Amino acid sequence: MTQPGTYTGAQLIWESLIREGVDTVFGYPGGAILPTYDAMTEYTIRHVLVRHEQSAAHMADGYARASGRVGVVVATSGPGATNLVTGLATAMLDSTPLVAITGQVGSALLGTDAFQEVDITGITIPVTKHNYLVTRAEDIVPAIREAFAVARSGRPGPVLVDITKDAQQSRATLDWEAAVPQRHLRHLPAPLDPSVLAQALDLIRQAKRPIILAGHGIQLSGARAEVLALAERADIPLALTLLGLGAVPATHPLSLGMMGMHGEAWVNRAIQEADLLLAFGMRFDDRVTGKLKEYAPHAKKIHIDIDASELNKNVPVDVAIVADLGDVLRALLPEVPVADRSSWLGTIREWRGDSAVRDIKNLPDDGHLYAAHVMHDLWRLTKGEAVVVTDVGQHQMWEAQYYKHDGERSLITSGGAGTMGFALPAAIGAKIARPEAEVWVVAGDGGFQMTFAELMTAVQEGVKVNIAVINNGYLGMVRQWQALFYEGRYAATPILSPDFVKLADAFGIHGQRVETRGDVAAAVVQARAAGGTALIEFKVEQEDSVYPMVPAGAALHEMIRRPSALAETGSDPV
Amino acid sequence: MPHVLVVYTDDEPGVLTRVASLFRRRSFNIHSLTVGPTERVGLSRMTIVVDSDAPRVRQAVEHLRKLVNVLEVQQLGERPMVVRDLVLVRVATAPEVRSEVLQLAQVFRAAVVDIAEDSLVIECTGSLAKIDALVDSMRPFGILELGRTGAVAMARGTRTPSPSRPAVPLRTGAGPEAMSV
Repeated sequence: MTQPGTYTGAQLIWESLIREGVDTVFGYPGGAILPTYDAMTEYTIRHVLVRHEQSAAHMADGYARASGRVGVVVATSGPGATNLVTGLATAMLDSTPLVAITGQVGSALLGTDAFQEVDITGITIPVTKHNYLVTRAEDIVPAIREAFAVARSGRPGPVLVDITKDAQQSRATLDWEAAVPQRHLRHLPAPLDPSVLAQALDLIRQAKRPIILAGHGIQLSGARAEVLALAERADIPLALTLLGLGAVPATHPLSLGMMGMHGEAWVNRAIQEADLLLAFGMRFDDRVTGKLKEYAPHAKKIHIDIDASELNKNVPVDVAIVADLGDVLRALLPEVPVADRSSWLGTIREWRGDSAVRDIKNLPDDGHLYAAHVMHDLWRLTKGEAVVVTDVGQHQMWEAQYYKHDGERSLITSGGAGTMGFALPAAIGAKIARPEAEVWVVAGDGGFQMTFAELMTAVQEGVKVNIAVINNGYLGMVRQWQALFYEGRYAATPILSPDFVKLADAFGIHGQRVETRGDVAAAVVQARAAGGTALIEFKVEQEDSVYPMVPAGAALHEMIRRPSALAETGSDPV
Repeated sequence: MPHVLVVYTDDEPGVLTRVASLFRRRSFNIHSLTVGPTERVGLSRMTIVVDSDAPRVRQAVEHLRKLVNVLEVQQLGERPMVVRDLVLVRVATAPEVRSEVLQLAQVFRAAVVDIAEDSLVIECTGSLAKIDALVDSMRPFGILELGRTGAVAMARGTRTPSPSRPAVPLRTGAGPEAMSV
């Protein structure tokens, strides 16, 4: 019997999502979520049917990272829910706001090992900011509303709401205002402490060789203008983390480029020689610090992050500020003295020398195609304006080195988790979030084979992404480690691929293969012009490695450079 | 070195798992964890004793503070505190030693809460050291069974008020039959 003024739990889910401003969900139906899918037909909301739930989470992740909105995933109980786990972990480590809604068996069956029953709230505790097991229709709206608030607030992240089938089927009233969330406010940072800001200003005033470490938090905080204003006013160069790429324009005169394991040598050297680090929304991950004991030994350190647990975690700092970065910089800016650090900037320029172009210039002119060529040409041909979504491995690092990201949210990549298979689904999500953007997938032959079933999702949804598969016939980054650290024993790294052109054909999309540098540009032009999703397979040099490289556990200045035997044969392909 | 933490949480299913999970992930050994209701409905209070170095404990505290269900974390040990543990110990008491055991229990101001033909159950509350001493003194007679609550701790001096709950408690979970945490 339908009571007036009440809704089914399934309807309440959609009512809540629409009130939270959701226009698209990524999902896969199944038994325990069926009432919710049935109710979906009453609402104007786009549902993207994925081919695997892991991809749904990555799509929502790409959607969120491209737009700054919350990405939403829907999946059924049991395997539907467990398939989300990798995607949730990816979002957790890279601070992406997601809300995952999963169906659960009826509440009377909880704990009985019923068909497709899995304790997904238990499983996802470490990979979500918070999760909910909802067993009553009247709890759905408060849980979803709070889930969005938690996902967005502070350091963003994924939240899972597991809703039993009977909760979806039973009825409750909708009182949106009574469900206003409050608990996410428990952990907001304290107001800025003027004495701590004064300490930071003192360090900035005294510094001769300061450097800003620009992280993902800049984009999450929306603090690009403030960061640039501070850098320009105090004449401080910027070194970027992988997820910081795009936070400030790569072509800005103060932007040095990427730091860390595959960062530029002069950037790492600048960090090692600096007398002040200003860490903005970054977390001193082991991939950017190298050996902690020898990290930036001469530098005082100011660390600003919204997550208190990141402060003094890996690197002890002199001034730790828990706050939204933009708020801190707006408070600091008027007090920051105008400075001219041309001598420090000149020193870095000397270290840089010609090495900015040296690596790509020095690639051997042996007729082989190198991934660096592809990235460089892709950057040139798209004028650096594309949103590039990368997978994980060598191609990811080459992209980071050779594609100069000027725009915010223009690089989407799995940094913290390093999740292979991320690129294609995340790119589909990014394109749906920003249909006007040109979206490129850059993936390796290994990672692409993990999730390429989503090509069909792109086709079904009419989504155009351009795909560059960098095929070197190896799980390249692992092969590189085997070459450098395991005496060249290539255990399980050679990998066969299907004929990607035929594969593209089977999916009904444009496909082509490129094996020489001269064909790169034409292929990119054709892929862009193709009506729908287009795939280019780039058959690149098989045993190329990413340089420079700080071996894991080495100090940041102990970099392996490209072997000179290669470097001496270079022509000038740039 | 043992660190004593007091954690105020929502009284909700799953909260204990979330808290314990933070310590498990970092390979902390929890020395003891006690939890119970407070003077406010819907608010639980945990006393957690962990053995680790100070920076790692500080990290764990910051992570506890990020849990949605956690209202407040106090790290005691930075100030004077009262720590109490309760033990129930069943001691073998052959007729010739029974009076000696009773005398010892008196010294510790422990109560005898059960008497059987060949054993006594002694209850004692006190500092961790006092309980350890009581247990040691009973050991020669033969300890048949022993249960300790783990520490409950409170800072000395001015009362720190319990954090207040938000006006709208969110009810999620397995229903009223579920355990309180």
